[in-house]
Amino acid sequence: MASNASSASLPRPRVPWAVVGVTPFMVFALLFLILPTLFLVVGAFQDNDGGFTLANLGKLWTPTILASYWISIKVSVASAVIGAAIGAFIAYAAVSGGLPRWIRPTIMTFSGVASQFAGVPLAFAFLATLGRQGLVTLFLSSVFGLNIYAQGFNLLSFWGLTLTYLYFQIPLMVLIVTPAIEGLRKEWREAATILGASNWQYWRHIAGPVLLPSFLGAALLLFANAFGAIATAYALTGSSLNIVTILLYAQIRGDVLHDQNLGYAIAFGMIVITGLSNLCYILLRVRSERWLK
Amino acid sequence: MKTNRLGHWIAILIGTLYFVVPLAATFEFSLRKLRGVYSFEAYRVVLADPQFQSSFTFSVGLAVVTIVFGMAIIVPMAYFVELRLRKLRPFVEFVTLLPLVVPAIVIVFGYLRLYNSSSILPLTNSTLSTNFLLTCGYVTLALPYMYRSIETGLRAIDVRTLTEAAESLGASSGTIIWRIILPNIRSAMLSGAFLTFAIVIGEFTFASLLNRPAFGPYLQLIGANRAYEPAALACMAFMITWACMGIIQVISRNAVAAHP
Amino acid sequence: MSFIEISHLRKSFGPNTVVHDFSLSIEKGEFISFLGPSGCGKTTILRMIAGFETATSGSLHVGGVEMTNLPPAKRNVGMVFQAYALFPNLTVAGNIGFGLKIAGKERGEIDARVAELLELIKLPDLGDRYPYQLSGGQQQRVALARALAIKPQVLLLDEPLSALDAKIRVSLREEIRALQRELGITTVFVTHDQEEALSISDRIVVMNQGRADQVGTPSEIYNNPATRFVASFVGTLNLFEARVVDPVAGRVSIDGQPVVTARDISAYGIADGATVALRPEALSLGGGDGDRNVLTGTVEEVSFLGAVIRVRVKLREARVSLDIFNDPALDLPKVGMPAAVSFKKDDLLIIDRD
Repeated sequence: MASNASSASLPRPRVPWAVVGVTPFMVFALLFLILPTLFLVVGAFQDNDGGFTLANLGKLWTPTILASYWISIKVSVASAVIGAAIGAFIAYAAVSGGLPRWIRPTIMTFSGVASQFAGVPLAFAFLATLGRQGLVTLFLSSVFGLNIYAQGFNLLSFWGLTLTYLYFQIPLMVLIVTPAIEGLRKEWREAATILGASNWQYWRHIAGPVLLPSFLGAALLLFANAFGAIATAYALTGSSLNIVTILLYAQIRGDVLHDQNLGYAIAFGMIVITGLSNLCYILLRVRSERWLK
Repeated sequence: MKTNRLGHWIAILIGTLYFVVPLAATFEFSLRKLRGVYSFEAYRVVLADPQFQSSFTFSVGLAVVTIVFGMAIIVPMAYFVELRLRKLRPFVEFVTLLPLVVPAIVIVFGYLRLYNSSSILPLTNSTLSTNFLLTCGYVTLALPYMYRSIETGLRAIDVRTLTEAAESLGASSGTIIWRIILPNIRSAMLSGAFLTFAIVIGEFTFASLLNRPAFGPYLQLIGANRAYEPAALACMAFMITWACMGIIQVISRNAVAAHP
Repeated sequence: MSFIEISHLRKSFGPNTVVHDFSLSIEKGEFISFLGPSGCGKTTILRMIAGFETATSGSLHVGGVEMTNLPPAKRNVGMVFQAYALFPNLTVAGNIGFGLKIAGKERGEIDARVAELLELIKLPDLGDRYPYQLSGGQQQRVALARALAIKPQVLLLDEPLSALDAKIRVSLREEIRALQRELGITTVFVTHDQEEALSISDRIVVMNQGRADQVGTPSEIYNNPATRFVASFVGTLNLFEARVVDPVAGRVSIDGQPVVTARDISAYGIADGATVALRPEALSLGGGDGDRNVLTGTVEEVSFLGAVIRVRVKLREARVSLDIFNDPALDLPKVGMPAAVSFKKDDLLIIDRD
């Protein structure tokens, strides 16, 4: 390699400097990222005496734990799918032209802010909006006589949490998917049109399939993003909505399951789920980058 | 084409409403503390709360330390990987993406088990070492964003040529990083820094489980016990996030203007 | 009526008019090139024929049918784009068969046609590949096949060679021309490369600022450029502001040196200024026989270009460049040496004032 040739030609030994520069990061990554994760993964397969077992994973199949995984998955899937659909549409509207020039940068900046506006304050904002005394709740009941809580809506529920998560999921989708939509070349539409395709046929045969990997990949990233979140849900619902992160939080605080290794198994299960969705995301991204080069 | 435009406007309009209405509602709610009149009473109460002051100061300090510590280990690593240790790149990419794969709560769970008082490295034993552990946690949270922005900055300048030019003039590695590379990736570092600030300032999971008096747990506590103050805090948090993102925009725009 | 009849076509974008009152007749089976610098309007005309742009005024007929406002999908024209524009999610066969599939043709018929076209573009084994697995030249051949698959009545080529390497550019343009002859398809080719246009076309339209400066066969365009713009854009040219000495005998003076042209300059008056031009390849070093014009000066520069050697000679004020064939036995002129440059009377071109 060129770097080897050039370093060989200089008299001063240079490799130690590079090693010195990289070492702190490597040590840090090992101690505070890789080892803690490995510890839990290994712990998930150990019994109390340190022997190998699959019993911990087996114990995940209890109604409480399964239910908490299930509600987490439901909220994450719903907020990812809805967020991806709406986000993609907004990104397309902003990119595809026809709107004033200032719209696009404004939306991108705003998405940058909103996608980071999560955690506890987001929960407060939605309580002030759609809580029992929230502005929109009061507005709907005073202007339209519609009491959404009487209609069965509850912010501290599956749909309430999904609606709240959408606040950062939609802008995150806009940020992720915009480059892919920009990668759609004008000539593809022209080439399809001149070969006789209608607008619908162009989307059905060309633009849709080209965007699909990016879209699915982004949706998976949104899913993992929602699945690992806790602060918003905890501040919003306390422990009334038992998603898996809140269950794990309670376990860490007070060993509510009375079984340390079961806690590791729950964490391992989460890593498997987010890991798989990230893996699929990366595979899909490789595929779409190949196309959109 | 013209019929599409209406659909685009509707999409943008619905999106805007979805994001503006909760903010407006929160702001309106935060003004309702005194019965019958709008006032900034909730803000006054919050700002006067000594616990607010201490937790906010604590988190700001923590954010600054996180940024400095994170940069100190990431910048040299990214520089040498770009310059000489390209073989390591796939590994580094993997490590820097790991925090997006492993949820924060899982990482902190690992910390509590690995560094508890009965372990070989009992970091949770003293306040100072727990603060250090919390900082490390925040560096892992910020790692994907910090690394990404620094790496982009390094790619934009030709690190290899700059380094070889400096070496041919007799500069040492330390001098090169400090005098040549850092000034050239300043805007990338600043972007990473403000994003890190926005992430750290209201973080809840790590601080709560490590039992540190940070701003995130304070927010949660207020939320559980008060009615109007949380809305005021949410507005303030939003302003902070907005300010950080706005600064990043300005920085990157200036950087583009400086390197046309 | 010709096969393609363009009459008084005009295109404005807001206050900018990019095409002014453009008229042209193209015969069936003809290969016609639009040549000009970027922004001259050549691509806009092509896109109006394709239907991607609508004319501000004027009309367009193909095969006797009015097309001016027909949507692109209804025009039955084939188009090849500069940057290939192959559909990345479809295989080579999928790309070529796309138009037929849209037209609702049966599977067997599509497969047969695709195989036939793959044979035609000499890539018979690459049907299952994806575009990103092909080289630029291969991609552009597939794009050509895709455009031809629907048996279009007109083939439009929008700078199809400019993204390719020099060698592939030459071989592909020869292939395009051979295919076009074989199929007899009426073809409109847009390019900014004069060599490309000269080598491939039946006729060339030289475009300048939204107008056609000259329409003619390659040899007409090259040997008898109608305007100064055409003369300078097509080929390398020595241009001089000469003075007419005797309009009837064709005597003019270039930089104070008397020469004779075989062209008709009787319309000029004595002492009128006239723009005259000499092609570098029409000049040779040395005095030659008495029938040739001679200019004298000193050698200012000698550049070795491979097959030819370009010599620049400084006359009194003006400079003249000439090309001589490379020959190892040849004594190269030295810089600073006095030199004589000679040329035939026929080769002194008179350029009409624009």
